[in-house]
Amino acid sequence: MKSRHKRLMFVGGGLAGLAIVAALLLQAFNSNMVFFFSPSDVAQGKAPTAKSFRLGGLVEDGSVQRQEDGITVNFVVTDKAKSIPVSYKGILPDLFREGQGVIAQGKFEQGYFVADEVLAKHDEEYMAPEVADALKKAEANAGSMATVQTVGTKGTAQ
Amino acid sequence: MQIFTKAFWLQLSSPKVFYPVAGKLAPWFAIAAAILFVIGLYVGFFVAPPDYQQKDSYRIMFIHVPLAWMAMFVYIVMCGYAAIGLIWKTRLSTMMASALAPTGAMLTFLGLWTGALWGKPTWGAYWVWDARLTSFLILLFLYMGYMALENAIDDPQRASRASALLGLVGIVNIPIIYFSVKWWNTLHQGMSVSTSGISMEPSMKIAMFTLAFAVWFYTIAIALTRVRSIILERERHAAWVVDLAKAGGR
Repeated sequence: MKSRHKRLMFVGGGLAGLAIVAALLLQAFNSNMVFFFSPSDVAQGKAPTAKSFRLGGLVEDGSVQRQEDGITVNFVVTDKAKSIPVSYKGILPDLFREGQGVIAQGKFEQGYFVADEVLAKHDEEYMAPEVADALKKAEANAGSMATVQTVGTKGTAQ
Repeated sequence: MQIFTKAFWLQLSSPKVFYPVAGKLAPWFAIAAAILFVIGLYVGFFVAPPDYQQKDSYRIMFIHVPLAWMAMFVYIVMCGYAAIGLIWKTRLSTMMASALAPTGAMLTFLGLWTGALWGKPTWGAYWVWDARLTSFLILLFLYMGYMALENAIDDPQRASRASALLGLVGIVNIPIIYFSVKWWNTLHQGMSVSTSGISMEPSMKIAMFTLAFAVWFYTIAIALTRVRSIILERERHAAWVVDLAKAGGR
């Protein structure tokens, strides 16, 4: 065997071994790699509810309520299967709106998920406002229940 | 035709033959990159419509995405050259790997930077420790580690061997970056360009792909220019380099 064949096998074998190690490591750390938990995850007890964690999902339509003090906002985060009421005091990102994906960091207090940070999550769809309007209209005409906004939480799909 | 013979291509792996070829090719790639940059930026900023949700702030995507793609692509190409140099002991391939590393690091840094500038207005945060952002930061560290290791060892052969191994170990990070948004919950969006199609307007696609090619050609032009300096430095004792220097560098 020529020495360059040896080196080729060394590099090829090394890379294959490395790929397996990486796959096993990622598998082992899978639960630590998630950035947020969906309401379904929380319902199944997957989220560390004893301490602060991130809750992700869509803001339920019609659930956003501004409180008397002007800066506290209550809304419901849903993944279409389970919902969790959230309370947040502070400035919301521009993209925050009903039907939008959000990620809230906080913990449970008296039945509410009290968030100290709310981030907006957007999906991979980019289109002109006119196109989005046309799609909405077509959808309304068809009377279908399918939403333009795809659910941004993959926790529900898994 | 000479161009169809194997010997023609093999002789290009000789630094002496490649040096003038790189010098001739680099300006053409630079010109192509400049033209594509102008077209891509024009389409991206003046032709493409605003996004229905993010309005105009999404336009940073036309810079962010090509940079991030090329940062990953350059890493793969760099490791390919490094592996060829490691296995076949070809000098020019290790030089090409060294020539690509700084540009790859720069693209990665700019990808992170433009991403942060985009993240603040859309997500509400410059930085979060989600899987995509973290793995991309690791890519920057890999590039910097590659360059640091190569420069830390004086003997060029040992230096390129050590850095090639580091680079090849780091290549597992590339699929992790790419699939991170698929495998885990991330704040970063999913793939807009995937095998299931491209979820954006035609003019947005044109701007993004034009700029991706612009960054690609820019990288080629810079790498070819840089590899010429590396050739001269590492082959400085070769007769042809000495002759070149005596002739005034022409």
